[in-house]
Amino acid sequence: MLDPIFLSLKVAIIAVCIDFVFGMVVARFMARRDFVGKNLAESLIILPMVLPPTVLGYGLLIFLGKRGPIGNILLDWFGFQIIFTWWAAALASAIVSFPLMYQSAKAAFSSVDLSLEKAARTLGTGEIRIFLTITLPLAWPGILAGLVLAFARALGEFGATLMVAGNIPGKTQTIPLAIYSAVESGEEETAKMLVLVITVLSFAALFWLNKWSKEKIQLWKKGSETHAES
Amino acid sequence: MLRAEIRKKLPGISIHVKMAFNQGILVLFGPSGAGKTTILNCLAGLQKPDAGLISLDEKVFFSSVDGIDTPARKRRIGYVFQDYALFPHMTVKDNALYGIPSRCKKDKDYQTSVLDVMDMLKITHLQERYPGQLSGGEKQRVALARALMVEPDLLLLDEPLSALDYTTRKNLQAELRQLQKIWRIPFVLVTHSRKEMHALADEVLLLDRGKQTGCLCTDRDIPRLEAAV
Repeated sequence: MLDPIFLSLKVAIIAVCIDFVFGMVVARFMARRDFVGKNLAESLIILPMVLPPTVLGYGLLIFLGKRGPIGNILLDWFGFQIIFTWWAAALASAIVSFPLMYQSAKAAFSSVDLSLEKAARTLGTGEIRIFLTITLPLAWPGILAGLVLAFARALGEFGATLMVAGNIPGKTQTIPLAIYSAVESGEEETAKMLVLVITVLSFAALFWLNKWSKEKIQLWKKGSETHAES
Repeated sequence: MLRAEIRKKLPGISIHVKMAFNQGILVLFGPSGAGKTTILNCLAGLQKPDAGLISLDEKVFFSSVDGIDTPARKRRIGYVFQDYALFPHMTVKDNALYGIPSRCKKDKDYQTSVLDVMDMLKITHLQERYPGQLSGGEKQRVALARALMVEPDLLLLDEPLSALDYTTRKNLQAELRQLQKIWRIPFVLVTHSRKEMHALADEVLLLDRGKQTGCLCTDRDIPRLEAAV
């Protein structure tokens, strides 16, 4: 009963870490650069959000399987077979939840006034410090929103996870899979308990996000409103 | 001595100006869309001219011939933006001190000059406030303090007074003139207001659709200036 909960949390946290690293880089790049094929690239990034998770799962199986390009390298170089491990579940969750992270982060980066970065440049500041002290703090509410949404989505991942990680109790059986198995085998009590847990977890994440963002950015909001009036 | 020749093509207009300016306040005067802000951006290093030369005293910041293009952060040119561009998530104090490296903040001498600047601009009592809690005139003073705090060799001001009410504008005009005298660095100020030009300019560069239509010294050229605008 506890196994799926811890496993789900572990998978979701790793997935969100992957989303965070790639989300920051890709979103920042896409928010500030224009290039040929940008629409194409953007559509590809968002595609996992609209595709059935089973399609992604199947794609991942092909890539990560023993004879797949990535699975092959992992197996040859590290002797590690990723398919049917919780790492595969984390990767599947990361890909499925990535568009949520990306869209929030991109909107957040786009909303940061470019003249603030320019002002910092004229004050003798290097690009890294500008990113850490201006861009990131101002974009943070949006980035955090993306992280929380991605976390909630990763927590609930079912289809792609089932395809690449299977449904192995104690090993890859996350909460959604455990609920499915419990219902299938008539263990109603377990199913109800897990449904309650995942609902509470997801609700708590979203509730906290709403509360935090309102409190935290109130001052800045006030700033930008007066800004607009003047 | 600020010397600049800037050529830049933008959609709709192509800019070509030449200026040589030593002390006081140089006003770039012209209607909206004349390319005034672009010229400031080129001086600051935020935009790159297609060709030309920008130098301040013996330092060359940009030279298309020699392939020099010093990045903005190394030019030591202060810039007060039209909408002030104060960092909304930082207090007035943190805004003002942003350009001072942390090692200098501990330096006592620097601290005194920091307090002097804040006193001079009458923002010492606002230190703990956020930009969102300031009036337009106060924001303008904080933006000035932030730009001056890094001890620039040249100060650029983009329509610094246009968003302010009449009284605040009058007060700040006087303060700007005074600041220039105390700081003794050239100010380059952009405006489309004739009154502001008259109140502030030591020299005027008249601009229309990117082209220089005149360059006047207010001391001897006042009648010509009146005629020109």
